[in-house]
Amino acid sequence: MSIKKPVEHIAKATPPSIARRVRGLSDRAIAWLFVGPSIVLLLAVNIFPLIWTINLSFTNFKANRLRDAEYIGLRNYERILTDADTWQSMQATAHFLFWTIFFQVLIGFALAYLINKKFKGNDLWTTIIVLPMMLSPAVVGNFWTFLYQPQIGLFNYVVQFFTGVEASSFSMIGSVTLAPWAIVIVDTWMWTPFVMLICLAGLRSIPDSIYEAAECDRASKWRQFWTLTVPMVLPFLMLAVLFRGIENFKMFDLVVQLTGGGPGSTTLLTSIDLKREAFEKWRTGYASAYAVILFVTVFGLASIYVKALNKVKER
Amino acid sequence: MSGFSVTEPSKRQKWFAGLLVITYAVVTLLPLLWIIATGFKSPADSISYPPKVLFEPTLEGYVNLFSTRTRITPSMRETLVEPTTWYEQIARDSGTVIAGPSRYGQRFLNSVIIGFGSTFLSIFFGTLAAYAFSRFKVPIKEDLLFFILSTRMMPPIAVAIPIFLMFRQLGLNDTQLGMILLYTAVNLSLSVWLLKGFIDEIPLEYEEAALIDGYTRFQAFYKVVLPQAATGIASTAIFCLIFAWNEYAFAVLLTSGTAQTAPPFIPTIIGIGGQDWPAVAAGATIFLIPVMIFTILLRKHLLSGITFGAVRK
Amino acid sequence: MKASKFLKLTALTAILAAGAPAASAASLTLCWAAWDPANALVELSKDFEQQSGEDMAFEFVPWPNFADRMLNELNSGGKLCDLLIGDSQWIGGAAENGNYVKLNDFFEAEGITMDDFIPATVTGYAEWPKNTPNYWALPAYADVVGWTYRKDWFSRPELQAEFKKTYGYDLGVPESLAQLKDIATFFQGRDIDGTTVYGAAIYTERGSEGITMGVTNALYNYGFEYQNPDKPYDIEGFVNSSGAIEGLEYYKALYDAGAPPGSSNWYMSEDIDAYKSGQVALQMNFAFIWPGVNADENVGGDRTGYFANPPGPAGHFAQLGGQGISVVANTDNMDGALAYIKWFAQPEVQARWTEMGGASAMRSVVEAPGFADIQPYNQAFLDSMAIVKDFWAEPAYASLLLPMQDRVHKYVIAGQGTAKEALDGLVKDWTEVFEDEGLIK
Repeated sequence: MSIKKPVEHIAKATPPSIARRVRGLSDRAIAWLFVGPSIVLLLAVNIFPLIWTINLSFTNFKANRLRDAEYIGLRNYERILTDADTWQSMQATAHFLFWTIFFQVLIGFALAYLINKKFKGNDLWTTIIVLPMMLSPAVVGNFWTFLYQPQIGLFNYVVQFFTGVEASSFSMIGSVTLAPWAIVIVDTWMWTPFVMLICLAGLRSIPDSIYEAAECDRASKWRQFWTLTVPMVLPFLMLAVLFRGIENFKMFDLVVQLTGGGPGSTTLLTSIDLKREAFEKWRTGYASAYAVILFVTVFGLASIYVKALNKVKER
Repeated sequence: MSGFSVTEPSKRQKWFAGLLVITYAVVTLLPLLWIIATGFKSPADSISYPPKVLFEPTLEGYVNLFSTRTRITPSMRETLVEPTTWYEQIARDSGTVIAGPSRYGQRFLNSVIIGFGSTFLSIFFGTLAAYAFSRFKVPIKEDLLFFILSTRMMPPIAVAIPIFLMFRQLGLNDTQLGMILLYTAVNLSLSVWLLKGFIDEIPLEYEEAALIDGYTRFQAFYKVVLPQAATGIASTAIFCLIFAWNEYAFAVLLTSGTAQTAPPFIPTIIGIGGQDWPAVAAGATIFLIPVMIFTILLRKHLLSGITFGAVRK
Repeated sequence: MKASKFLKLTALTAILAAGAPAASAASLTLCWAAWDPANALVELSKDFEQQSGEDMAFEFVPWPNFADRMLNELNSGGKLCDLLIGDSQWIGGAAENGNYVKLNDFFEAEGITMDDFIPATVTGYAEWPKNTPNYWALPAYADVVGWTYRKDWFSRPELQAEFKKTYGYDLGVPESLAQLKDIATFFQGRDIDGTTVYGAAIYTERGSEGITMGVTNALYNYGFEYQNPDKPYDIEGFVNSSGAIEGLEYYKALYDAGAPPGSSNWYMSEDIDAYKSGQVALQMNFAFIWPGVNADENVGGDRTGYFANPPGPAGHFAQLGGQGISVVANTDNMDGALAYIKWFAQPEVQARWTEMGGASAMRSVVEAPGFADIQPYNQAFLDSMAIVKDFWAEPAYASLLLPMQDRVHKYVIAGQGTAKEALDGLVKDWTEVFEDEGLIK
């Protein structure tokens, strides 16, 4: 079991290349031949579009019009950054990010801790728990709108069963106060197993000998947990947070199916807002600027985070 | 296992842990079971108020999923012939006649074609690139690898804007080829990273021996490395397939009548007058079950797959 | 599965995929929303297929995704549709961006005249710019927002007595929007035969056009106007007039006092579900659902009545729905597409269209003697078609619709801000769109 730095691992793991020439093409030629197609495809489908997006972001281009676009400088950026609605959807995204990660780490770690007790049949139950995360978020999200229906949905009746609150008295996706939590619940349901799996790998990477040594020092279980278990699992946990963070920042399919951004704009995450601008209002230039802002944000935050993660691992 | 080990949890701890985990698993399964159950309800039972746990199972949802139906009007009644098959009978019982097949089969087939097509290509290119990254000195290797990874950080909608324009120019909108190329590119980052991890673990000695025996690089790669990496390749392939299978954002924006896959289609299944939940549930069940099976097959490689190989067992 | 086997299978499928035919072999594809009338159109079109030898295919998209999908299709230059029964509001954009074929010459050559159709549908479904004789579609499906109510509940003596005592007038078809709210409030939370029922299922959907199609029925009748009748695109004081504000407040009050709890994102299909499952006494919906309601085993027949949107203090209007059928400019089968429209415009075909569950906009059909009595809902349909009004049909209609969805949903459903703030905000948003479009300086 090992944890690898997402970025820096590569060079170290590379075995020394076989220096001498063999029959056929030179190693160098083969290397380029092998890497080439991937790079070309990624350039065509990722980098070229990115450059195009940056270019479009300075125009008032509308993809559904015949008329030509004009360069309007930084106007799009100015409008987006001064628009209160943008900040509202940033806030909605932040709320979603924070609480999904919070609950997933909490429950995911707890589950991993319990599974690591190695009770009988833990493999089977782990596999069952993992199921939701492999499924199509759009299909599952769509079905959750059915589960959330106050009069006919299962969710409200389960809540009624456990708490006595009448099922049809509240609406998870209809109420302004509940809707942001409704999407957090479904995302947590889907992705807690992800955090759990990573935590489990972390827990299993701790050698028993460390605990045995702690036992000899008469350290209490509680102390062992905080001074041994948590620090050892922390890098894994941080990695899980990184992945969930990036994924949920991009979140589109699940939430668009669940709430469509509503009620009002309470669950209008940035990706959904962007989709509206780009493919419903067809403000292509404006949406391109929006996309660049989002990309810079996620890239910037992720880079800072990876630095922090590497520091933690070096300790 | 020694009975004296201090790290071995006590019986009571195990029992308690098991109870909690199983409770969670059961709760987490409920929505999935509800989907499967709803597929076998009649439309009236599916929207019954309050919801029904016990119901009389029917295949109406599945019939509705695979067919388009017309409501029987009084004028049609006279010309109707007796239904000859069980599914026609089911439709007739709900006051409709089957007019033809629905689009579900076609959408499902699109998912299969685009899923497998893009998986094959991303594995093909990914294996080559991963081998090169693993065995050769590639200039600016780290930058390239990071670049490959970073393409996954973009929100799909952001990428979709220029892709939409590009596809429109090239006539790739709503084509299977366009979607295969797109998903191949998106999956490449995963396949390169994962496969590089797998190939790194294959000892170099095997290839060296082959090269000394007079194999060319290609032969060594094909005859020595590939068979060794087969398990890794297969599990990587399943991850790529699951991604393409589940993808929604690109599919909803870039496909329409011909190349549309199942995820954007399933939420839009409606019956006569209103959302046909049993049909939606039936469609979802058929669509989700292959992934459930793959998940069970994959359980050993799950961790490395979902973390781009950053964590592995 | 063995790894190598799996790989071979993948490769095989990929090869098959490359060779698989991408499109169906049909020679003429018609695109529309997926709903009851579309199924009837498939039946109706069999006659055309027989006559012309064309092999037709149909692409039906459910309402919540219809606009997205089809406008995306048009804007991507797709070749999916030869014929498109597109929503009335798209016509400006589709005409100006060259997505539809202009039909004037064709109509003239074939002797089709727009005088044969209900005037409101010609303006609504076919003309751009509005009120000019430039036709981009043939009125295909006449539709309008109206109401259904539970006649069986309304006729219960004990409820009638109680209603009269509370409100001072008889329980029946409401004569004004205010009365409609009374009735909804009266039924809200009431116990009928052991289940709790609610007042009115109304449009509240956020994602596409739902709440706009609902709220306008209140706004129009309280004095909302899209623009200064004398000065186009001058909206200050019209969109946010005191009447409009009152209308918006009315819709919120109706939602708060009479709509089922949790009906915060409902459009056509959710309203139908609620009505058919016996949850509500009243249902706002487009008239297309009426045949289905009439045939329903739980609520059909005598148990349901139909009425046009009631008047308000400032007028009597109803939101126009419905569509015209257009030829997509990108088609490879122009002749086939035009032949279809020619066939569809025949009075006999139009008569059968209504009979089979469509809704013809042809005057010879709806003005035929006895039409009003053939079906229990025909009178309400005629009453409604006489008072229609439609949303913007500008090329930028989506940019106008989205802020309206947003502002109205925020106020009515989320309860944020006041009605005045919502409409003032809307004026600001719309003015910005008009400026972007270069319509005002």
